[in-house]
Amino acid sequence: MSSDHDTASIQDHIRVYLFVFGALAVLTVITVAASYLDISTSEGIFLALIIASIKASLVAGYFMHLISERKMIIWILLLTVFFFFVMIFLPLISNLDHTSINGWY
Amino acid sequence: MEVPYIIKEREDTGLINSKLGIWIFLSSEVMLFGGLFSAYIFLRLAAPPGSFGEWASELSVPMATINTLVLISSSVSMVMAWVSLKLNDFSKYKMYMGLTLLCSLIFLVIKYFEYTGKFHHGIYPSSNTFMAIYFTLTGLHGIHIIGGMIVMLYFWLPFGNKMWDSQPELFTNRVEALGLYWHFVDLVWIFLFPVLYLL
Repeated sequence: MSSDHDTASIQDHIRVYLFVFGALAVLTVITVAASYLDISTSEGIFLALIIASIKASLVAGYFMHLISERKMIIWILLLTVFFFFVMIFLPLISNLDHTSINGWY
Repeated sequence: MEVPYIIKEREDTGLINSKLGIWIFLSSEVMLFGGLFSAYIFLRLAAPPGSFGEWASELSVPMATINTLVLISSSVSMVMAWVSLKLNDFSKYKMYMGLTLLCSLIFLVIKYFEYTGKFHHGIYPSSNTFMAIYFTLTGLHGIHIIGGMIVMLYFWLPFGNKMWDSQPELFTNRVEALGLYWHFVDLVWIFLFPVLYLL
């Protein structure tokens, strides 16, 4: 099923997988350590989401092979990401509306 | 009738149909969890200031940290199971798939202790809005873990993996699709962990 050339290439991939595993474990510890930092809630949220995004990129890029995936899948995912942010942030616009009637929003 | 393009790629997409199918399914899953993350943001904004952090302090960070490491390990063993098939090493595939199953079982056992610990302290989804969204998000994620385990068990047991003898490429593609699903389940947890336990 695999030629000698393929086998060598797969062995390289295994090294990358193990490196990513190490990076994910270290970033998990950093995430927990960062939660004990004396910073504001908004700074804490920003930091935690940045670290989570790096971890998610490593999983998607290397374990799910998005780094070398066909364009069609990349386009499907970009469309998904667009609608994901629309779904998350569009309802939040209603939160900007602070008009009230007799104290009720 | 045979399902077309599940071993060789289609010329127009450059992909096998099963891979395209699983990615479209995962896109729908992004929207499913995205809707609940959106609900989390709204509930947090609507709650009295600081109360979400206070309610979240009831959760066990060490248990969730261990679970994060367990799930990351299961993702590595899953990708190694697929690589083993690519290298024609079926016994290693069995070992790595078994390891992935074990990790997912450990994750569920830890989750069970977390849930029962809450119930013993009288904490339920109805206790407050944080616990409502916590149990909904982790419960839905747990159902995804169980779903993945059922498919893993099928591909691990002899009656499920006998396809390796007759159609090794098709079997490898099936394991790849399962792997993509499993990595997504790991990816969801990567965001659930800080959002629910640390913020």
